[in-house]
Amino acid sequence: MRSEDYEEYLECSYEIEGRDFIDAGIVSSQIKKGLKSKGIPESIIRRIAVLTFEAEINIISYAHQGTIRCYVLPDSVIIEAKDIGPGIEDIELAQQEGYSTADDAIREMGFGAGMGLANIRKSSDTFEISSVPGEGTYLKCVILLNGK
Amino acid sequence: MTLGEIRDILDAEVIVGKDKLDLEIHTAFGADLMSDVLAFARSGCLLITGLSNPQSVRTAYALDIAAIAVCRGKALSEKFIEIARELGIPVLVTRYIMFETCGRLFQAGITGCIREVHLEDKQRAQ
Repeated sequence: MRSEDYEEYLECSYEIEGRDFIDAGIVSSQIKKGLKSKGIPESIIRRIAVLTFEAEINIISYAHQGTIRCYVLPDSVIIEAKDIGPGIEDIELAQQEGYSTADDAIREMGFGAGMGLANIRKSSDTFEISSVPGEGTYLKCVILLNGK
Repeated sequence: MTLGEIRDILDAEVIVGKDKLDLEIHTAFGADLMSDVLAFARSGCLLITGLSNPQSVRTAYALDIAAIAVCRGKALSEKFIEIARELGIPVLVTRYIMFETCGRLFQAGITGCIREVHLEDKQRAQ
């Protein structure tokens, strides 16, 4: 499914600036608040909040800027995270638990343990990632409303 | 155990949530690394952390964590307190170090929200 196919279900879209550590996590909180008012089960909202938080931290930590979009379809929620930035050279390696290229500013914030992509994948029912080094990274997570 | 009892055991100051001292809490997770909290903590637990920046509160909110106990007597910023109030998450500050904080609560009957990280958790994550 391409994003044109579900554009009509766009619930919200947030712009994120790279290195904006002060507000890290605000997008996840906003998306969670929005989903709570839609009667989606709490355990599913939690998974969405966790993976959105991780995606947000990744954009702030590594990219120049990015966008997180949340779509609420009849049977699923789709979270898309797209950024302009250095991209990921080796996607397999980046998904290994414990692998991290985080700097001190990221670690002081409590992140950079190399758990992010693995946790995003674990929290999703379907997870896609693509990246072009020097251009940016694209993530798409599908969470089924009657899944996991 | 109630949040009020946890406060007493930890000789803690209640910074946010003075009206929620009867909140029941049975489990806890302790870490300074929010990456690990997001990967392993469970809803309804007490988060014991020494990380005194707003990301602790946002992490707690994402996971429906019941309350935060900040250990080592860390000073909290206005921003931290403001976000905790806005998101309705009680916050305690204790002077005890993390080991002592966990030990006192464990002795009083609080258990880990998970006991150990199993291989399947990691495999699931890969």
